[in-house]
Amino acid sequence: MVTMRAIHRKLLRNLWAMKGQSIAIALVIASGVAMSVMSLSTLRSLQATRETYYQRFRFAEVFASFKRGPLSLQQRVEDIPGVAGVEPRIVKSVNLIVAGLREPAVGHLISIPDHQPPRLNQLYLRRGRMPEAGRLEVVVGESFANAHGFQPGATVDAILNGRLRTLRIVGIVLSPEYIVEMNAADMLPDFKRFGVFWMPVTEMEAAFDMDGACNDLSLTLMHGALEADVIRQVDNLLADWGGIGSFGRVDQMSHRFITDEISQLRAMGLVTPIIFMSVAAFLLNIVMTRLIDMQREQIAALKAFGYHNGEVASHYLGFVSIIVTAGVVVGTGLGIWMGQGLTQMYTRFFHFPIFQFDMDWVTAGLTTLVCAVAAMAGTIGSLWSASRLPPAEAMRPKSPGEYRPSFIEKFGLQRWLPQTWRMILRQIRRRPLKTAFSIFGIAMAAGVVVLGNYASDALDFIVDFQFRQVQRQDLWINLAEPSATDAIHDFHHMKGVVTVEPFRALPVRVHSGPRSRRLSILGMAPDRKIFRVMAQSGDEPPLRNDGLVLSAKLAELLKVKIGEYVTVDVLEGKRPTVQVRVMGTVDDLSGTNAFALQPFVNRLAEEGPLVSGAWLSVDSKHLDELYAELKATPRVVGVTANAASIQSFLDTVGENQLRMQGFVIGFAIVIAAGVVYNTALISLSERDRELATMRVLGFTRAEISVVLLGELAILTLIAIPVGLVMGYGMAWLSSRSIHTDLFRIPLVIYPSTYARAAIVVLIAAVISGAIVRRRLDRLDLFAVLKGQD
Amino acid sequence: MNSSAITSVPVFSTRDITKVYRMGEVCVHALRGVTMDLYRGEFVVLLGPSGSGKSTLLNILGGLDVPTGGSVRFLDHNLTQSTDRELTQFRRDHVGFVFQFYNLIPSLTARENVALVTEIASNPMAPAEALALVGLGARLDHFPAQMSGGEQQRVAIARAVAKRPDVLLCDEPTGALDAKTGVVVLEVIEQINRELGTTTAVITHNAMIAEMADRVISLSDGRVSEIRRNERKRPASEIVW
Repeated sequence: MVTMRAIHRKLLRNLWAMKGQSIAIALVIASGVAMSVMSLSTLRSLQATRETYYQRFRFAEVFASFKRGPLSLQQRVEDIPGVAGVEPRIVKSVNLIVAGLREPAVGHLISIPDHQPPRLNQLYLRRGRMPEAGRLEVVVGESFANAHGFQPGATVDAILNGRLRTLRIVGIVLSPEYIVEMNAADMLPDFKRFGVFWMPVTEMEAAFDMDGACNDLSLTLMHGALEADVIRQVDNLLADWGGIGSFGRVDQMSHRFITDEISQLRAMGLVTPIIFMSVAAFLLNIVMTRLIDMQREQIAALKAFGYHNGEVASHYLGFVSIIVTAGVVVGTGLGIWMGQGLTQMYTRFFHFPIFQFDMDWVTAGLTTLVCAVAAMAGTIGSLWSASRLPPAEAMRPKSPGEYRPSFIEKFGLQRWLPQTWRMILRQIRRRPLKTAFSIFGIAMAAGVVVLGNYASDALDFIVDFQFRQVQRQDLWINLAEPSATDAIHDFHHMKGVVTVEPFRALPVRVHSGPRSRRLSILGMAPDRKIFRVMAQSGDEPPLRNDGLVLSAKLAELLKVKIGEYVTVDVLEGKRPTVQVRVMGTVDDLSGTNAFALQPFVNRLAEEGPLVSGAWLSVDSKHLDELYAELKATPRVVGVTANAASIQSFLDTVGENQLRMQGFVIGFAIVIAAGVVYNTALISLSERDRELATMRVLGFTRAEISVVLLGELAILTLIAIPVGLVMGYGMAWLSSRSIHTDLFRIPLVIYPSTYARAAIVVLIAAVISGAIVRRRLDRLDLFAVLKGQD
Repeated sequence: MNSSAITSVPVFSTRDITKVYRMGEVCVHALRGVTMDLYRGEFVVLLGPSGSGKSTLLNILGGLDVPTGGSVRFLDHNLTQSTDRELTQFRRDHVGFVFQFYNLIPSLTARENVALVTEIASNPMAPAEALALVGLGARLDHFPAQMSGGEQQRVAIARAVAKRPDVLLCDEPTGALDAKTGVVVLEVIEQINRELGTTTAVITHNAMIAEMADRVISLSDGRVSEIRRNERKRPASEIVW
């Protein structure tokens, strides 16, 4: 039989006696570990799944679209050095008419070989079968199918080359090219109104008069090939065929969307544990320091019996290890649970053949190590002094602490302060480091709440800014190809149309030195009411007839300043290359855009007054009739309804946002309560003698609790504003980390968020205070009369 | 003050009080039926070895604890049936405590330690006056850490008497002090009793100190073993141990 050594029993009993504090610390550690395990494991799962998927299903590396070209282009592109494989395709945008959906939806039709799988961007058949040529059969992407409840056998109407056709869905598929099914032209995914379909190539050729032709190439590269070189050569080749610029995976919508998500997970997985671990280290520090302080005599006795310094140190280290281990174990479990939830959530956006949460044990191990190091850092000082204490000295009770008047009293303000408040102020002043750490810890909690709510504030701001300030159209209409202005006039006569604003979207590649970006210059009328070019401040930089206004992010990427010139390769029509001056920048929130007046854009393209589409504001009473009319208009290939997009976005994102916020607020409460509760208990144990003395002297319980809780109140009240500032800082860091060319998250924090953070911390403080107050009520008056503590 | 100035009005009267502590499964009988009176203005020493129950008795007199059985009266208060709130009020209004280990608040100066009590008392003396009474008029703004043990104990006495309590209860007030310093503290207690007429009870296991009392109540094993009146009170200054 194994008997436990007495010193180990002591350890366990100490731990039991301090179970409240130990649990609070373990929970803080658990929170940090959980966040870290959740984000980093999910990140690894996402990355590994995507990588495998790309390889297994041969995801292309370079993508090129053009107007129309012969199939022989395949051979010519294959001859470009560095190109490994080429897949020619026909890709068309069409209007869909879906039963039960008022607005028209946009479909992407992609050709696949009739009888064998495509060489690149292969499909994973989830249900049903692959389509056969000659029967208008298609397979559809899973997101769109799910959004409408389509099963194999369902039909959907589409306008193919001006003719209404009924497509029969025979299978539901996934593609590495559309892990996130979204239209490159949209800001957000909208699974209800955007779908991807694959159709046998002979059917496509017939439907779109593309016999022996293609308008899209996917490429893979040889190992070590320079992507930029290949892109340049492909662009040169395709210039004659109406190429609109090829691009690599970095600019591929689905790939980019997931990459953004991965970098967010990484930031979350690395930053949050740091916050939690530093709080845990601080808590361990104050608790261990106090414990060792209280056990001076026991330490002395142990040493008098012949225990070595190392044994004494490792005894207390055991205490720390148990707390850390408990935190890590609980946190890992919690992290796995949360990670599974997050993965589950991702499967609604990201469609992989198989996507499972894979626990990343290496990360968990590293996190444990970080915890252990943080815990050591927190306790090493007190362990050191415990083991160094000479036995004789330790046997003597500590002399009364040295106090000095607090700074407030230097100004002679003490006469306004009762003795109890003087005690509080002097206590705070006597332990400035502990005070500072306590404030820091509580502030951290407030900061975490601000950070957690910042995401939803930013989201509100983005929705309001993007859809109610900038893009105020009800419908965004794209034409099949650039058309003369009179194409737009028809819209005026449609029922329900109130305002029509035409625009010209000109595909270009913008260069500055070695840096370049593919985008569309948006040319618009000078007197617009619907679509505005607007900075976050609300300023509207005037559009010009002699230059471009760029997204600030684009200017940053190209490293150009206002007044400098960029080179613009027009990728349509006569394809001229021109030098264009940057006349202004605007800090918009999504995409890398360039704006100008429409005549300027037409001049750049060396074309007449052509337009690409129009923004419409509409009388909602006649919306259904208008939709019906638009669905039947062959020239129109894309109708995006603003209200519908916003709603679908909020529906999908809102719930996740809410859950995440719940986690964050929960963790913030753990931090706040952990810090306040521990600080209070430490103060209580340091001052039980004087509090008991005051009770004996005739002070009521309420009066003595002022001394203890007053200190906490002061710390909390100081910590809250500090925490709000820290929260602002963390939000700033976070907005910097999500500053991609796809999205900018503005640094917007509403006053209600600050208020919520303050309230969460106050509630946590009040609850902890109440618990401590109950302890105070059980204070043993006799202990104080006899002997030292 | 001689014995004749002591009134025959009992300030405290205990009747057959018992106190039983439960320590786990063991019952400790700290008091086994104590009956005694304390008269206004008198100086009583409760004498007894450790474990005799004298601290328990003092705690009950001071309203820090209630007896298990029997009754305790302070003037017209029945302390046996008082609530926690009433006991607190009783301590606040009537009792001054002095402890073996002074129990000063380290974060408050001498003056402030006294003020801590005077601020909640109804008819207190000024803190400086109380400190002058114990001979510390010059050390008003010193913190406990800046004072010797004897000085700290005198601050504690000043704190106890500043509210002009009806009774001063001292638990081994010299227990942590050397003899010379102890005498100084005893002189202060003696002087308070004489000049303010405060009923004073001092707990000690030191028989020499008993010689300065009007009456000595000896306790052993939770019972009063002897009550004797000193024919001649020896001044504190003559006491040595």
